[in-house]
Amino acid sequence: MTDASLTGADARTEVPLKRRLRRAERARQVKALALVLPLLVFLLFTFAGPIAGMLWRAVDDREVRQVLPQTVAALADWDGKDLPNEDAFAALASDILAARAAGTIATAAKRLNYALNGFRTILTSTARNLKAAPERGAAKETLGKINAAWRERATWTTIKDAGGPLTGFYLLSALDLTRNVDGAIIAAPPDQAIYREVFTRTFVISLSVTVLCLMLGFPVAYLLATLPPARSNLLMIFVLLPFWTSLLVRTCAWIVLLQSKGVVNDSLLWLGIIDQPLRLIYNRFGVCVAMTHVLLPFMILPLYSSMKAISPAYMRAAASLGAPPLTAFLRIYLPQTLPGIGAGSLLVFILALGYYITPALVGGAADQMISYFIALYTTETANWGLASALGAVLLLATLLLALVYGKLVQGQQVTGGMKN
Amino acid sequence: MEAGMVTPAPALVRFSGIQKTYDGEHLVVKNLDLDIRKGEFITLLGPSGSGKTTTLMMLAGFEVPTQGEIYLAGRPIKNMPPHKRDIGMVFQNYALFPHLTIAENIAFPLSVRKIGKADAQERVNAALRMIKMETMAHRRPGQLSGGQQQRVALARALVFNPQLVLMDEPLGALDKRLREQMQLEIKQLHETMGITVVYVTHDQSEALTMSDRIAVFNNGIVHQIDKPAALYEHPVNSFVAHFIGENNVLSGTVETVDKDYCRVALAGGGAVTARTVNVSGAGTSTSLSVRPERITIVPGGASSDGPNRLPATVQNTIYLGDHALAVLDVSGNAEFMVKLQPGAHDSLTHGADVFVTFRPEDCLALDPV
Ligand SMILES: Nc1ncnc2c1ncn2[C@@H]1O[C@H](COP(=O)(O)OP(=O)(O)OP(=O)(O)O)[C@@H](O)[C@H]1O
Ligand SMILES: [Mg+2]
Repeated sequence: MTDASLTGADARTEVPLKRRLRRAERARQVKALALVLPLLVFLLFTFAGPIAGMLWRAVDDREVRQVLPQTVAALADWDGKDLPNEDAFAALASDILAARAAGTIATAAKRLNYALNGFRTILTSTARNLKAAPERGAAKETLGKINAAWRERATWTTIKDAGGPLTGFYLLSALDLTRNVDGAIIAAPPDQAIYREVFTRTFVISLSVTVLCLMLGFPVAYLLATLPPARSNLLMIFVLLPFWTSLLVRTCAWIVLLQSKGVVNDSLLWLGIIDQPLRLIYNRFGVCVAMTHVLLPFMILPLYSSMKAISPAYMRAAASLGAPPLTAFLRIYLPQTLPGIGAGSLLVFILALGYYITPALVGGAADQMISYFIALYTTETANWGLASALGAVLLLATLLLALVYGKLVQGQQVTGGMKN
Repeated sequence: MEAGMVTPAPALVRFSGIQKTYDGEHLVVKNLDLDIRKGEFITLLGPSGSGKTTTLMMLAGFEVPTQGEIYLAGRPIKNMPPHKRDIGMVFQNYALFPHLTIAENIAFPLSVRKIGKADAQERVNAALRMIKMETMAHRRPGQLSGGQQQRVALARALVFNPQLVLMDEPLGALDKRLREQMQLEIKQLHETMGITVVYVTHDQSEALTMSDRIAVFNNGIVHQIDKPAALYEHPVNSFVAHFIGENNVLSGTVETVDKDYCRVALAGGGAVTARTVNVSGAGTSTSLSVRPERITIVPGGASSDGPNRLPATVQNTIYLGDHALAVLDVSGNAEFMVKLQPGAHDSLTHGADVFVTFRPEDCLALDPV
């Protein structure tokens, strides 16, 4: 009887307690959400939105579908083995007439020209010369007469491929791939296959800059972490100084320094070390120098913070255990800076991947990185699809790298072991 | 040559006229002379800032003496880098390498000495057995408790059989129970392995329980180097008397000095006979030191008369479990402590007038404080 009444009492008090707890929790969650909401909304509009938009544009393909709707519909169940049937020709003729009236021919022509050079001419000449809808059953012949290209299978497969609404065309182009007449994926013709090289170049430049930053930044970070506070603060100001001037100014300063009549060349000439100005800028050297300069703080700061956490007692302990200075450095100090090296390198590498202004200003034609082409396609030629596809490939590569890095640091958990 | 003369065993370590200053103004260590014998457990004891760590760091090679020379096994080591000194060291915060496992930490001194894999593995296993941590060989230091880390640091400092092991307050971070247990373990290791240990602490009870000899530091000076019992029984000056164990201080003026004993007039009234230890002669002031357990309380009316019998007023009694203390006002010292036998504190009420007595040999006349 007492048992029953006890549980009964428990049950009575338990329900309101739980509810109260939930209410308290909810209030807390709401408050937390309210605090992050502005940033969340901001990120959604400025980060997640544009990225999603970019990824969408990389596969979105509706221009041809909108301008030549009947043709696309008529080609839907064409097997692509032979020329399409009369209906498709008639649909095309009717589409072209409608598009000419609406003034939208150019839109489709531009898109089709990406896939097949010269398609713009084919389409515009046909539109110009097609006076009226061909008679029933004569569409094939009429169009063939206006432009012989309509008798080619490739012309039609191009239209079918561009029929959307989704396409892999841009992504394939970004990887120097294309589809042949039979729809198989093949390497793009050499004159169009430039992106793999550009990607490789982008990665090579980024990697060189990362290595340079690491080599130059490590000793500085070490000094920063070991100097007495007064001097290390002064040094820190010098490290952070570049952040106070604009990227453009710093890059232009390098032009002043490195150009053929610049400070460096003049000095070397004056000293008689060289008798012709060295080519220091508008080439790979200039790009690496300027980018290393700009990105160095991003390497130094993570290195510094990881070194600052290493107690000098470790090096003393290593020495007392018989390790000469170099051994102690390699086996005790260096491994503990690995998280800093990893974080700094990843940061610099990823930032370098997306660099645009610096290579554009101090690099030659053969030093332009992928961002240059992305910018070119968005601002100059308005080829949004290709620009987005290049961006998507870059994003994917970067994500893969970050993932590999994550796996690497997860493997070796380095935690501060000094317990007090 | 000189037949009949016993040559003492040469010291393993000899500090000779060592001075050290960091800033060029203050001497942190002033003129240190210290011999450490082989196999000895010597403790540097002193209050915070007295120069103990500095002394240890000079021995380990991380600080350079401003003046003087340190000899290790007869050789001067001023210019010998730390890694060549063959001195094991246990740091206050253990300094276990966080990116290595316990086994790798212990193997580190062996691998830098290029000791063969199999041999090293055997010695690491033996060391792990010694600290009873075989099962945790593959953990990292961050996954151990403070006491376990301490054991690993100890094993790491001992595994390469150094000629000398230095420990700088190795138990400072541990709680009382664990500290006492570790004290015993370290002491046992010292005895079974026959190593020479230089131990630093500011905990006097730790020093008393563990050491063969204790060097008492203050302000960069070694006041006394002696066996624990001798330090307690025969302190050479007021600082040592005060620093080691509980101590009552009475100040007064020396009236007469007889060979071993002197008569002292107390500042707060009365006179006592004390053992002459460190007084400059008749007419000079002195501090008397009496241990609480050497004092007897006699009731006010009792008629027994001795050379050292002083009136006292009871302030209160403090119960400490295994014993109790009476706090009395004696000759102007309102914190005069007397250790009581169990049950004896019941009769002492606040304000009661009693007498305290102690033997002249238990009362030391030292330098004035
Ligand atoms: N690197 C240093 N630079 C300047 N002064 C120092 C340095 N190290 C220690 N000192 C000073 O030297 C004196 C002695 O220091 P030391 O570390 O030897 O004391 P300690 O006896 O070990 O004290 P503790 O028990 O607190 O560890 C202190 O006054 C301290 O301020
Ligand atoms: Mg110290």
